[in-house]
Amino acid sequence: MEKSDNVKLKIENISLRFGGVQALSGVSLDLREREILGVIGPNGAGKTSLINSISGFYRPQEGDIYFEGKKITRLAPDKIAELGISRTFQQIELYTGLTALDNLMAARHVRMHTNFLDGAIFLGRAQREEVQHRRVVEDIIDLLEIEGIRKKVVGALPYGQRKRVELGRALALEPKLLLLDEPMAGMNAEEKEDMARFILDVYDEKNIPIILIEHDMGVVMDICDRLVVLEFGRKIAEGTPDEIKMNQQVVKAYLGGD
Amino acid sequence: MAMIPGDFSQSYERDIAIFRTKTQWVVMVIGLAIMLTFPLFMSNYWLSLFNFIFVTVIAVLGLHLVTGLCGQISLGQSALMCVGAYTVGVLSVKFGISVWACLPLAGLVTGLIGMIFGAPALRVKEFYLAMSTLAAQFIIVWVVSHLEEWTGGQLGMYVPPATIGGFSSASPSNLFYIGFILTIVMIAVAKNIQRTRVGRAFIAIRDNDIAAEVMGINLFRYKLLAFFIGCFFAGIAGWMWAMYLQNINPSQFTLKESLWMLGMVIVGGMGSTTGAVMGAVFVRGLDMIADYASAWAGTVFPTIGEQAFTAFSLIIFGLVIVIFLIYEPRGLYHRWELFKASYRLHPYAY
Ligand SMILES: Nc1ncnc2c1ncn2[C@@H]1O[C@H](COP(=O)(O)OP(=O)(O)O)[C@@H](O)[C@H]1O
Ligand SMILES: [Mg+2]
Repeated sequence: MEKSDNVKLKIENISLRFGGVQALSGVSLDLREREILGVIGPNGAGKTSLINSISGFYRPQEGDIYFEGKKITRLAPDKIAELGISRTFQQIELYTGLTALDNLMAARHVRMHTNFLDGAIFLGRAQREEVQHRRVVEDIIDLLEIEGIRKKVVGALPYGQRKRVELGRALALEPKLLLLDEPMAGMNAEEKEDMARFILDVYDEKNIPIILIEHDMGVVMDICDRLVVLEFGRKIAEGTPDEIKMNQQVVKAYLGGD
Repeated sequence: MAMIPGDFSQSYERDIAIFRTKTQWVVMVIGLAIMLTFPLFMSNYWLSLFNFIFVTVIAVLGLHLVTGLCGQISLGQSALMCVGAYTVGVLSVKFGISVWACLPLAGLVTGLIGMIFGAPALRVKEFYLAMSTLAAQFIIVWVVSHLEEWTGGQLGMYVPPATIGGFSSASPSNLFYIGFILTIVMIAVAKNIQRTRVGRAFIAIRDNDIAAEVMGINLFRYKLLAFFIGCFFAGIAGWMWAMYLQNINPSQFTLKESLWMLGMVIVGGMGSTTGAVMGAVFVRGLDMIADYASAWAGTVFPTIGEQAFTAFSLIIFGLVIVIFLIYEPRGLYHRWELFKASYRLHPYAY
């Protein structure tokens, strides 16, 4: 592969099948160091499958994925997370029995180093590590304005707050690339606005590229630098929000549908 | 925001402490000091009951780590205790290794064997894992019964007491001190693991293994580690058991006992160290009262027979666990938290 400095993630021609269902066919795309890339398309277009393939949860039968020049196509999900790819899920997937704080602390796993013996002794290494990483997590809690619920068990939190905690958990991994699968789905206008603001804050403060799947066209056009349009597992268009708005095929397939 | 003002690293240290206030420390120290006086006035009968409870608490803490925290069901904890007990027996009697040195060895050997039976956890969940650990229960006891040269088979074997100078664990009061210290250390270890990196990884796997893996937790490694640590506890409990009875034989390590331990984790409230201890004490306490009562009932109503009463007490315990599952799935621990909350007047409460 050619290695280009400003390409963070390179997807080359990936295809993914589930039995007879072709979830992705020959999808390629480049994600640059500094951009929010929107992925749009109707339900079942393969957006989630694309993100699942990047995080190693799905295995494309064909094609390759490179992150920072390194091939990650066959890596296990936990190894991909260690490289710094973090994500949220379309259906919230939190650790329901833990507090918001501990959900974020759990995501520090790949950045922490103590083993179970250090943990068993606690005093010394483990305690220092807890305090040090707690500080990082508290910064994220401040950023996302979830101070009030940090000690609440997340299973009992309302939907909008759980979505926010999940974003916090994704950030706590200290990612170099963030994948967000419909972070605003099911939210009211005000919550959506907050979430859009958080995403932009994260983008500015953490200096990382973001892939954002989102249905709300207003939001997508507003905050994304570039868009990719999927339909039936194929990439049918790619460009700036303005270019996409002018694209007849997209308008017919997707935007016009509304 | 309810953060304690002042230096953050200090306040975080305090925030993550088990005992956050002086009062809590004082209450704990006084409680422990009182327990240490038990051997001064209690009869050997009562001290033995405590020693039995210590064994149970340690084994249940191990199961709490595997099942309560990591969510991997295990139906073989009692058989793993058997491994620990026989590790001491064989190593001390056949190899002349000091009984004290056998304590960590019992933990290690049992931990490693537990890992073998826990390995299917990578591929299978719930029901099938239950089957695999159930196999552990039968295979281990079968093997121990058939390695007659080493273990004395069905007849069992004698295990010498742990001694140092004039001190011997053969006396229930001395064993009480050993069990007391072991139990406190193991509670601290369980609690510390739970509140740090590895413990959170276990809980993450229990609550959402898909998310856990995508967030960087190696499922295989951590499931195996949970089995290792949990079975290490079983090995320590097995050592204590060998000291407690000094005559061990395979029939002491039953499936019923394994199931009870699971019941204790449930009654205590899955996922809390304190709860696991409470569950162990509460159910073992009831169990002993019932044994006592059915023996008594057996003498009063000889025509019905002790067996029938024992069976009856089993049914009662089954009911207790079912009732907990239905009405208080969060267990005794949750009740205890509610109780404490109603007494809390402390300014830093959340
Ligand atoms: N785990 C799976 N098993 C079988 N089919 C799947 C699976 N995941 C996705 N699919 C199928 O792949 C297609 C794309 O799904 P998905 O990626 O979830 O779409 P989107 O996120 O764009 O709505 C759909 O037809 C869906 O049914
Ligand atoms: Mg989707």
